[in-house]
Order: sequence, then structure tokens, then C-alpha cells
Amino acid sequence: MRQSNAYIIIFSTITTVLVGGLLATASQVLKPAQERSMELDTKRQILGAVMQLKPGDDVLKIFDDRISSLIVNYKGEEIVRTSNTGDTILAEDLNLGREFKAAPEERAFPVFIFHKEGSDEVEAYIFPVYGRGLWDNIWGYIALETDLKTIKGARFDHAGETPGLGARITEGEIQNRFIGKKMYDNAGQFVSVRMLKGERNPSDKLDEHHVDGLSGATLTTKGVNEMIQNYFGYYDAYIQKLKNQTAS
Amino acid sequence: MSVGTVDKPDVKKAAEPLLSKRRKKLVTDPLNDDNPITVQVLGICSALAVTVQLEPTMVMGVAVTLVVVFSNVIISLLRNLIPNRVRIIVQLAVIATLVTLVSEVLKAYYFNMYKMLSVFVGLIITNCILMGRLEAFAMGNKPYDSMLDGLGSGLGYTWIILSVAFFRELLGSGSLFGYPVFEAMGIQNFPTNGLMVTSVGAFIILGLIVWVQRTLTGYVEH
Repeated sequence: MRQSNAYIIIFSTITTVLVGGLLATASQVLKPAQERSMELDTKRQILGAVMQLKPGDDVLKIFDDRISSLIVNYKGEEIVRTSNTGDTILAEDLNLGREFKAAPEERAFPVFIFHKEGSDEVEAYIFPVYGRGLWDNIWGYIALETDLKTIKGARFDHAGETPGLGARITEGEIQNRFIGKKMYDNAGQFVSVRMLKGERNPSDKLDEHHVDGLSGATLTTKGVNEMIQNYFGYYDAYIQKLKNQTAS
Repeated sequence: MSVGTVDKPDVKKAAEPLLSKRRKKLVTDPLNDDNPITVQVLGICSALAVTVQLEPTMVMGVAVTLVVVFSNVIISLLRNLIPNRVRIIVQLAVIATLVTLVSEVLKAYYFNMYKMLSVFVGLIITNCILMGRLEAFAMGNKPYDSMLDGLGSGLGYTWIILSVAFFRELLGSGSLFGYPVFEAMGIQNFPTNGLMVTSVGAFIILGLIVWVQRTLTGYVEH
């Protein structure tokens, strides 16, 4: 009886329903905790671009104290995004992946402003970037100094790059290669910062607009280059506006 | 449980003590003489991939142990109900469910580790130790014995990957569980070995462990 087709079909059906039900319940029960974890992780990454976080730091409190945020469009104008229920969406809650699907002219671009401790003085500007890696989407947070051209720090993350190859963009050693590089040349022209093909490039190739690449992950680095180039292109109008403000 | 029919002859005998010699062997055998990694050479992929640091290795070891214990018990409970022709699929479904649960819990409460271990938690599903234990042991033994067997295999896997991670983190990063040991001992600028951070280092360490262990136990490949 145990080997009959009918038994097998019934057995499989019951197994499927049980397993499916269990996983669906688990997913629902754990969802709030997972969302909290992800919010914490996003804020940790944003702060990670501008400061060294120590274990035990209250990330949420530091974020609240020192970061102010706004949303701009590609023309550099400040805009307000509302959710379906009519609430204003904060820049840190904006779903960059969803914005990425829209045409650049319709996207909302969050900007985070990092203030000096206990004052309103600006210490750095943090610009989120988003793009395609080799297997899935990649994103990051790039912080510029107050001169609005030198990179103060960078954080990258990914959804599905190959561990040990493309996934290395999450490593501090790789991200630190971006520190001190320049987004704009001396004439104020936007040139972006690119990762080279291959690793251990001779230092004469690594000028202020180039960083050493990742061996075995050329397509991921290409994704990183495109992502930075595109997004800083979109942020350009806002950055020029900021520069004019600070100049005057 | 209605699974007792096949095991009837056993039931009539005097009950075996909870930790009889045979049962102890179920747990201790996989630790050394029949270790899943060094002797059976299973689960190598994750042993090489996650052992750069001790903390993720520990999480991985606990995750694999939990999954192998619970899947062994579940399959053992169901062993007289599972149709022979779909048994592999049923085993996989049980493993995949448990692994997904572990991964979801990590994502909720241990996000850092979830990101660090990335695909390797999901890849526990393809870890041959699990399918091997289910097919070779749980399908033919009672739940309690299967639990002990799973525990043995899980711990056997865990202690080997922890030893690999110990050497890799110590020599590759100069720390243990993220604590800078050499600086604490007053040795500044310890020359860390970059080889240990790559998978090549894991191959070398694992090879040395297999060598030492086989010299001690006298195990020969047939």
C-alpha cells in the first residue's frame, strides 16, 4: 500500500502543505524582527561611510543625533515622497531598489548630511548609489568631504555577488581604497572614480580618479563603476547647487 | 507513535540504557574514527569557505548540528510512512525547511552573521553530511538513536571546522573571535599570513589536520 501511486500523491500533498504552512508562518512571525535588523543595517552602513563604528555603539541614536536627510530629484530640487497612505517617506526609508526601476528623471535620490558632534556644522555629505552587479543588484553609500569632491568614505553591499570574488566589495580593505579619491577634477568637471580591471595595478595607474580593481570580479567592478558614474551624474545638479551655496 | 510495528522484537527485550555503550559510540565515533570531514571527506565546501574567522564558523557549526539532529529525528519518526520512491525528495524537503528556518531566524536576530555567512547557510541543504546521515542512518533507526547519531555528526563537523578556523584566524588575522591576541601579549605588528585568509590556507590546514588525525588513528583509505 505504501508504494501505491495514490499513497505517494497523498503523502506528497500533505508534506507540501505542512512544510509550506510552517515556512509561511515562520516568515510572518519573524518579519518585524527582520525589518528592524535591516533598518539597523542600513543605518550602520550609512554611518560606516563617514565614521568608524565600534561594537556596542548605539547606531540608531548616533544616526538620529548626527544625520539629517532630504530627498532630491535629478534637477537637484528638494522633493517630498509620500507613501500610498499619504505619509511622508523619510529619506532613510526610501526603497532604493524600487526607485532604481523608474526612469532617472522620475527617481527620488536621498541625501544624508552628517553633522559634527553636537553642532549644526556639516562634516560630510553621504550619497546613496544603486546599480547592477554581475548576478543581482549592488548598492552603496559614498561620502564626500565638505569640498564636495573628495571621497571621505565608501560602503558597498550586494544582493548576490559571488562570495570571495565580487562579494569582496563589502570588505573594508576594498572600500578604503576609495578614500581620498576625487569625483571632480581641479577645473570642477565631473569625472567620477573608476575601479581598474585586475588587481595590484602599478601605482602610476592609480591616480586620484582610479582605484585598484578586484581580480576575478571584473564584471562586478564594472557594475560599481557604472553605478558611481550614473548616480553622481544624477546628483551633479544638487552638488553644484550646494557648491554655489557654500561659495556665496 | 504508530511506527512501532517494525521494531517490535526490540521492544520485548529489556530496555537499553539511555546512554549504553552502543549509543555512546553513535556520538563519539563521528568525532574521531568516523569523522564526517576528515575521514568521510564530506561537507568540505563549507569547511573551506566559512572558516576565515571563528565566530561565523561557530554559527555555521551550530546551524549544521541543529539541522542534522532535527532532520534525523523527523525522518526517523516518519521512516515507516515515507514511500520508498520519493524518499530522497522527502528528505530534501525536511532539510530545506529546517535550513530555511535557521536562515530566517539568523536574518531576524543575527543579521551580521546572516550577511557574513551569506549563501553558505542556504548551502547547508547541499551538505552531503545531512543527506548521508538521513539515508544511511535515520531511514533505518529509531528516533532517539538517530538524534544521537545526528549529534555526533554535527559535533564532529563543528570541531573540525573550529580547529581550521582557529589556525586561520590566528595566523591570518592575528586574532581569536575578533580579539587581537598578539597585541594583548605585547607583540606589535605580528606578520599576518595572507594565505590563511584565502581558501588555499583552509586546504593546507585541513590537509594537515587529516594527516595528523590519520597518523594517530592509523586509518587507511581502502
